[in-house]
Amino acid sequence: MIHSLFLINASGDIFLEKHWKSVVSRSVCDYFFEAQERASEAENVPPVIPTPHHYLLSVYRHKIFFVAVIQSEVPPLFVIEFLHRVVDTFQDYFGVCSEVMIKDNVVVVYEVLEEMLDNGFPLATESNILKELIKPPTILRTVVNTITGSTNVGDQLPTGQLSVVPWRRTGVKYTNNEAYFDVIEEIDAIIDKSGSTITAEIQGVIDACVKLTGMPDLTLSFMNPRLLDDVSFHPCVRFKRWESERILSFIPPDGNFRLLSYHVSAQNLVAIPVYVKHNISFRDNSSLGRFEITVGPKQTMGKTVEGVMVTSQMPKGVLNMTLTPSQGTHIFDPVTKLLSWDVGKINPQKLPSLKGSVSLQAGTSKPDENPTINLQFKIQQLAISGLKVNRLDMYGEKYKPFKGIKYMTKAGKFQVRT
Amino acid sequence: MTDSKYFTTTKKGEIFELKAELNSDKKEKKKEAVKKVIASMTVGKDVSALFPDVVNCMQTDNLELKKLVYLYLMNYAKSQPDMAIMAVNTFVKDCEDPNPLIRALAVRTMGCIRVDKITEYLCEPLRKCLKDEDPYVRKTAAVCVAKLHDINAQLVEDQGFLDTLKDLISDSNPMVVANAVAALSEIAESHPSSNLLDLNPQSINKLLTALNECTEWGQIFILDCLANYMPKDDREAQSICERVTPRLSHANSAVVLSAVKVLMKFMEMLSKDLDYYGTLLKKLAPPLVTLLSAEPELQYVALRNINLIVQKRPEILKHEMKVFFVKYNDPIYVKLEKLDIMIRLASQANIAQVLAELKEYATEVDVDFVRKAVRAIGRCAIKVEQSAERCVSTLLDLIQTKVNYVVQEAIVVIKDIFRKYPNKYESVIATLCENLDSLDEPEARAAMIWIVGEYAERIDNADELLESFLEGFHDESTQVQLQLLTAIVKLFLKKPTETQELVQQVLSLATQDSDNPDLRDRGYIYWRLLSTDPVAAKEVVLAEKPLISEETDLIEPTLLDELICYIGTLASVYHKPPSAFVEGSRGVVHKSLPPRTGSSESAESPDTAPSGVQAAEQPAVIPTQGDLLGDLLNLDLGPPVSGPPIATSSVQMGAVDLLGGGLDSLMGGGGGSGGFTPAPSTTMPANMGAPLGSGLGDLFDLTGGVGTLSGSYVAPKTVWLPAMKAKGLEISGTFSRQVGSISMDLVLTNKALQVMSDFAIQFNRNSFGLAPAAPLQVHAPLAPNQSVEISLPLNTVGSVMKMDPLNNLQVAVKNNIDVFYFSTLYPLHILFVEDGKMERQMFLATWKDIPNENEAQFQIKDCSLNADAVSSKLQGSNIFTIAKRNVEGQDMLYQSLKLTNGIWVLAELRIQPSNPSFTLSLKCRAPEVSQYVYQAYETILKN
Repeated sequence: MIHSLFLINASGDIFLEKHWKSVVSRSVCDYFFEAQERASEAENVPPVIPTPHHYLLSVYRHKIFFVAVIQSEVPPLFVIEFLHRVVDTFQDYFGVCSEVMIKDNVVVVYEVLEEMLDNGFPLATESNILKELIKPPTILRTVVNTITGSTNVGDQLPTGQLSVVPWRRTGVKYTNNEAYFDVIEEIDAIIDKSGSTITAEIQGVIDACVKLTGMPDLTLSFMNPRLLDDVSFHPCVRFKRWESERILSFIPPDGNFRLLSYHVSAQNLVAIPVYVKHNISFRDNSSLGRFEITVGPKQTMGKTVEGVMVTSQMPKGVLNMTLTPSQGTHIFDPVTKLLSWDVGKINPQKLPSLKGSVSLQAGTSKPDENPTINLQFKIQQLAISGLKVNRLDMYGEKYKPFKGIKYMTKAGKFQVRT
Repeated sequence: MTDSKYFTTTKKGEIFELKAELNSDKKEKKKEAVKKVIASMTVGKDVSALFPDVVNCMQTDNLELKKLVYLYLMNYAKSQPDMAIMAVNTFVKDCEDPNPLIRALAVRTMGCIRVDKITEYLCEPLRKCLKDEDPYVRKTAAVCVAKLHDINAQLVEDQGFLDTLKDLISDSNPMVVANAVAALSEIAESHPSSNLLDLNPQSINKLLTALNECTEWGQIFILDCLANYMPKDDREAQSICERVTPRLSHANSAVVLSAVKVLMKFMEMLSKDLDYYGTLLKKLAPPLVTLLSAEPELQYVALRNINLIVQKRPEILKHEMKVFFVKYNDPIYVKLEKLDIMIRLASQANIAQVLAELKEYATEVDVDFVRKAVRAIGRCAIKVEQSAERCVSTLLDLIQTKVNYVVQEAIVVIKDIFRKYPNKYESVIATLCENLDSLDEPEARAAMIWIVGEYAERIDNADELLESFLEGFHDESTQVQLQLLTAIVKLFLKKPTETQELVQQVLSLATQDSDNPDLRDRGYIYWRLLSTDPVAAKEVVLAEKPLISEETDLIEPTLLDELICYIGTLASVYHKPPSAFVEGSRGVVHKSLPPRTGSSESAESPDTAPSGVQAAEQPAVIPTQGDLLGDLLNLDLGPPVSGPPIATSSVQMGAVDLLGGGLDSLMGGGGGSGGFTPAPSTTMPANMGAPLGSGLGDLFDLTGGVGTLSGSYVAPKTVWLPAMKAKGLEISGTFSRQVGSISMDLVLTNKALQVMSDFAIQFNRNSFGLAPAAPLQVHAPLAPNQSVEISLPLNTVGSVMKMDPLNNLQVAVKNNIDVFYFSTLYPLHILFVEDGKMERQMFLATWKDIPNENEAQFQIKDCSLNADAVSSKLQGSNIFTIAKRNVEGQDMLYQSLKLTNGIWVLAELRIQPSNPSFTLSLKCRAPEVSQYVYQAYETILKN
């Protein structure tokens, strides 16, 4: 099981360590530092590193390495999932997960880690339960605590942990009962030079914010549940009911949670909402190149594409770029060779474009790799897969809740090759 | 007002100040002080001096303060064991607290304090907590048993906690079940032999029920535990699969992968014709694809596992090629893994797409990745023949880019393509030669030199090209030097007239001026070959080369099967069995996939049940200590007896305890069927006579050494006793039967540094009374690195004891160094006697007489012989064909054989001309032997 945890910042300092069994010396991290040195970038540090007596499993998030030490054969995904859960919990507790925040709240961090694992076995990882055990710091509470001397630690038994619905605490009360569901889809795609789709898939999630009194039992049905053939559910969803009727039936956790995530694979036809027209050319033994890109809407079901951002990593040989955008602002960083163009909204009548010239290192042959264009965008009120919620019903409680469904499509890893 | 202030108090006298605060009367001050202490502790400052003061704060109603003190205790108790005792009373009291949260907290913390004195006091509270009315306390206590076991395993066993823990598997609360399973799994890891998790259908049912209701982490433990279970038949396997499948939709990727492991393993038992099998295959793909949209670290582990799954069952993901396409901002470790899987999935159907992608990758920035992409193109060419041409032209395009490392990689893979498809793509050689100068890596240079040498006759200036390499001969790496030597010799053999000088130059460079023994040896060999017999040289050097195999990097099937059982673990990430890297490999038990029992024919025969077939194919080495059979140890290993007297042996035959039953009934039945009375007592001396009567050990040595031209099939020798386990003595061997006598052909190899002598051999009692008929004669002492071949004659008059498996033979070998024990399985056909041909009438009568429940059916797969060849082949091993019938195009062979102890086995072999698998029905009064007879059939027919 999980032996120890080390938190390491970008400059290679271990700023927190926690041991759940016997103490493992910090020096074990030297193996990690070696691997870190070999990797060109922090993202490229391999997640599993063997050492003579231990294994180091790490995740890199928010510019912090979370390095878990294990001693025996443990499923690595178990450890990595747990580490991600630790990060999510910190974020949930402190708003952001950063070195400063962790240091500021080191005692709470310690208490939380202690509650999350017992002897390396996960104990309480549901944020609902954790928050009942250890209250997250708020400005108000910190002030009150310093004056009155009360504490962060709850003094009741985490009742939820014993009930059949461990994810929901009992005795929840709200004056305004409301349930909001956000259907958010991210589209991952690779588009080739000629504009045809090489691969495209949709990662969708339904995030919920449920603030309902008592023990509500909800059902959510879809117009086209057929789309969801590859889904991962929150433990609260009754799988049998989904299998037989394609209806989501569940007693929700209190507050924010992810109800389900789904995946619409490359095989189903995925609509591509935007296109990029590009003309990038470098000539041999010439110090100038041409650069021109235009972005336009494609299959958007009449909705506006907004929040468009174009980034592209230029080849090393590019010295500078002189460009003029028809709208938005652009920056080229000559050190990292990163071009980014904040486009904003796309107006279908007047397509945004960015044109100009590229100055290259003189005397060298033209760069052999072509830049890939990375695209970000948002479309409100649209789930690009076509998923639509049919109805939401509540049983088990008398009051009438306020219900809301929102749709949004975003670009995930959306890449256009040139 | 944040905790960061605790980090800044570095002024002098800090400890002193804290001490004062800790002893303050004000609760608030106390707590602040403890917080400061904890903060100092977390950043690695030594605050152990405050131990007594902190422990004093423990008795409080304030839960937070209590927890903080507990945190401190866990950290420092080890360094202050005597002080820690002070805390025991409070712990014991807290374990009785009315609040279950406090009870659980106390027992949890106590388990974390790794001090012997404290653990003694822990036992009683722990016992109570394991039976607590509150499930939260029980589940915490379950984990505590594992903690305690880690500190003091003996104590846990003595106190009977393991049994209590096993009882918790049947607890009503799923969380408790999950934690009990987790704790038991962890304990079992350090106790490989113990049957802690002895699963049976009832407990499996409990686990499956708990699986639906416990937390995600609990599900992982339960699934991993389920994966170790061996269902008794395909129906049970299917029902477990059905109940595990919903886990594939879990949000936690570790749950998904553990579920995949269970399914992949149990699927092995399902028949491929089953509808459910197809459904399951379809259900496996989406969750695997979904894993790839998770965070990169998770993707990496998932990809390593998918790599195994794709090799085992390519059909699952064959349509999902696109999800493995690389995004340019994937971390490098994800990119490389995706690439590997792309090649594994490449087929004629998708090769165009794959190639286009690979070409795209070859222009990326990351050098390692580009290299691997270029290699991948070569591997595609070798794997998908139809695409070879397109791959070659893609590689040529890449060579045109003139990017140095791309060109070098391309040349290395083109060499492989030449070896796979000789005389097809040589037109590109000219292009390759243009890039000769830019090659600076040894592998690329060696590849280019190989190409030049291999196709010297088509390259006009081959001699010039090779000569140019020769100039810097001594600066080249060994790889290049060896290749250059061979290439020039090839060139000389092809164009002898112009290149004589060149070849002399390279030979002298290699033999006279080089320090490298490999190079020198190869040089001398060529030199001598060329000077003595140029024709022979031509035949040797320019011999036709074997084609390179399709995929060289596939994991070997047995390893793959083992790794499939380890999906989701570190072993699957490293693609190595845990024994290869787990520390001390103490807890390593080899796992294997269950055999398929689903097919309709074999399902009828109980003999193919998992345990039987799996009976270690490998000869097992008996450990030198442990549960050795007393008999074996008591054996006198001095001068071996030259064969026990016949009289006693036949008495023992009557008392055969395994075969006795069969023998008795056979005799009884024979009497009833009218006139058929096999007489073991008469047949026995007949075939025993020769080896026994005359101790002609030497004669048998000869026949054994010559090999078996007319006798029954002899399996190739396998290593029975590896040198590692026997202080340098390696024994390999096989069994053979020749004209009525059985012998054990041995090769003894001395891999130690000292001379070995005084060899002796002895067998333990075994099912058929096999015993050495002569002493083990090793004439001269065995010098280091020497080996000797010996044929040891055997008889079957030794004492009898039923072994499991039936054909297991335990052997002890002694030499001047020590006594070594090993066990091996002998093929049953060495026991088939020469007079095993039954009369037709008798056969019919006996066949009818043996009850039907004694009949066993087997499939002999992939055998392409016709009926006549089969019968002559079997006859060689004393299986006699009595009659042959042709029914509806099928050949039916009726056969009989007799074992040395007089047991008859009757067989019906059904051969369909179009079908490579035969059906074998065996009838015998001692049905235990059927399975081994079937194995003998299979070995004989397949070799």
